[in-house]
Amino acid sequence: MSERKLTKGNIALAEGALQAGCRYYFGYPITPQNDIPEYLSRELPKRSGVFIPAESEIASINMVMGAAASGKRAMTSSSGPGISLMQEALSYMAGSDIPCVVVNIMRSGPGLGGIAPTQGDYMQAVHGGGHGDYRNIVLAPASVQEMFDLTIRAFELADKYRNPAMVIADAMMGQIQEPCRLSPERPVVVPEKPWALTGRRGRKPQLLKSLYLGPGEQEEHNLLMKRKYDTIQQNEVMFETKDLDDAEIMIIAFGTPARIAKTAIGEARKQGIRAGLLRPITLFPFPGDEVARFSGKIKNILVVEMNTGQMLMDVKIAAHRDAAVSFLGRPGGGIPYPDEIVREIKKALKGVTAA
Amino acid sequence: MNAVFKRPDALTDRETHFCPGCTHGTAHRIIAEVIDEMGIVDDIIGIPGVGCCVFLYHYFPIDVLEAPHGRAPACATGMKRAQPDKIVFVYQGDGDLAAIGTSEVIHAANRGENISIFFINNSVYGMTGGQMAPTTLLGQQTTTTPYGREFRTEGYPIKMAEMLATLEGVAYSARVSLHSPKHVNQAKRAVRKAFEMQVNQMGFSMVEMLSTCNTNWRVSPREALKVVENEMIPYFPLGVFKERTGKDFL
Ligand SMILES: Cc1ncc(C[n+]2csc(CCOP(=O)(O)OP(=O)(O)O)c2C)c(N)n1
Ligand code: SF4
Ligand SMILES: [Mg+2]
Repeated sequence: MSERKLTKGNIALAEGALQAGCRYYFGYPITPQNDIPEYLSRELPKRSGVFIPAESEIASINMVMGAAASGKRAMTSSSGPGISLMQEALSYMAGSDIPCVVVNIMRSGPGLGGIAPTQGDYMQAVHGGGHGDYRNIVLAPASVQEMFDLTIRAFELADKYRNPAMVIADAMMGQIQEPCRLSPERPVVVPEKPWALTGRRGRKPQLLKSLYLGPGEQEEHNLLMKRKYDTIQQNEVMFETKDLDDAEIMIIAFGTPARIAKTAIGEARKQGIRAGLLRPITLFPFPGDEVARFSGKIKNILVVEMNTGQMLMDVKIAAHRDAAVSFLGRPGGGIPYPDEIVREIKKALKGVTAA
Repeated sequence: MNAVFKRPDALTDRETHFCPGCTHGTAHRIIAEVIDEMGIVDDIIGIPGVGCCVFLYHYFPIDVLEAPHGRAPACATGMKRAQPDKIVFVYQGDGDLAAIGTSEVIHAANRGENISIFFINNSVYGMTGGQMAPTTLLGQQTTTTPYGREFRTEGYPIKMAEMLATLEGVAYSARVSLHSPKHVNQAKRAVRKAFEMQVNQMGFSMVEMLSTCNTNWRVSPREALKVVENEMIPYFPLGVFKERTGKDFL
């Protein structure tokens, strides 16, 4: 068993990127993710990697595109406003089948907002952000260990499906320290990339583009992308459950609120309320089938998020009318406390009994 | 019989989509000729901007990456850093390089990225229908300056070749024109110089080419050449504004 070391979330994430074989990082400073570029600016040169302090997030993500189009594992990280600036290029990369990893250590918004932890960018990450009909693969760590492991997973999924992958974590995940195994769960394999632009020597010229002007070409391309997203939905859903077997209410939460929910579940059970948890780890693909399956059995759902209700919509769609869905949201840097969650659980259950 | 004139190997046998009379095609041809002459076709990657040059991949039988509007110098930065042994060139219009993409080109130049940029200055946004660009001449009528460009409200035409020449990271910055055979030959020598700078790892190279957009200028191809000579060159002087020699490197 490998040794565990007390590590900060952002550092675990950066180390995960290195161990995934990422040697190209481009970024522009923004709180609360600065530990990532600072760590990589120290470590990349030691491994013959490239670190460029870019002039903007627009430049960063386009540099990522250039390195990724060359067949290399490349990444950038940012927060709120910086991630907004990257959306055009993310859309281009999705449209051109170019894999990359983008990390969003979420700060509150809109606008310049604040630097406190939130989950206000769920919609942006999961339901578009950029223009056009595309999806990001989105992973949501809920521990320092997952900051490390899911970053590696993000590179694997990005390469496997030739699509941008995002790791979204609130600032709490970035800043907490926990014991962490800083070695990959299984050996990292970087696949061959015969599509990479390396010059045509010994083969036909290659092209990475997203422009389709011919009659029907764009629709055909969109449908091809849709098939890819369907495959991802089928094969790559990740989630965690806790105490759902006998549950009368299912909390659904990702990232930091999921951790707090676990404490709340312990408290509720002490009081004789059978609460359980479903924690989506992949936000796209969203574990909608699982939500639907449990909704048939557990008739009450409480969604807890650090926003005003973003994943809530996906839960409602998946649960359809099988379960009553209530919501606890703390936006703008507010953090839901365990007793707050227990209160909401009671309220939700009472509402149903009364009905 | 010896062939005295043929299509460069670095150009495909395909009719271009350019309007008849447009000198984008001339720029393509001289770049292709230099690629042939330097024998670099197998190891080169091209990145066009978004504009009338976006179909670069139809005409150059080489690897091509399509960049977002204005961002090609950043894409080229990532690409060249990932593959320093390959030749990476960028081909941008004046909307692409001198308007939306000013930040990317300036910082790529300032970092001394070892890439070559060919910059087509035709004084308008050609592809979108001839709107005003930062390079539009004072008094010039475009679809968005129907009364002519006025410096009090739209500022002055921007001189990118001179501006970039002020940056330490730049190895070569020149302005050439495509309006006459003599000037095309000069332009070709500048293209070669730019690629040589890259091959010799001297840093950033940029060639600004004064080019026609007869369609949006609403003149005949022949008149368009005169517009370049009589109206553009007096404001955008031709010449080499920076040329790094081995000695001043570092
Ligand atoms: C972000 C964004 N804004 C606007 C456009 C629309 N657009 C396409 S080409 C172009 C201008 C091209 O002009 P220029 O770079 O001068 O090239 P030319 O066609 O004149 O050679 C514009 C504004 C775009 N593609 N992307
Ligand atoms: S619109 Fe202008 S720049 Fe574009 S192809 Fe026609 S003449 Fe050339
Ligand atoms: Mg133009």
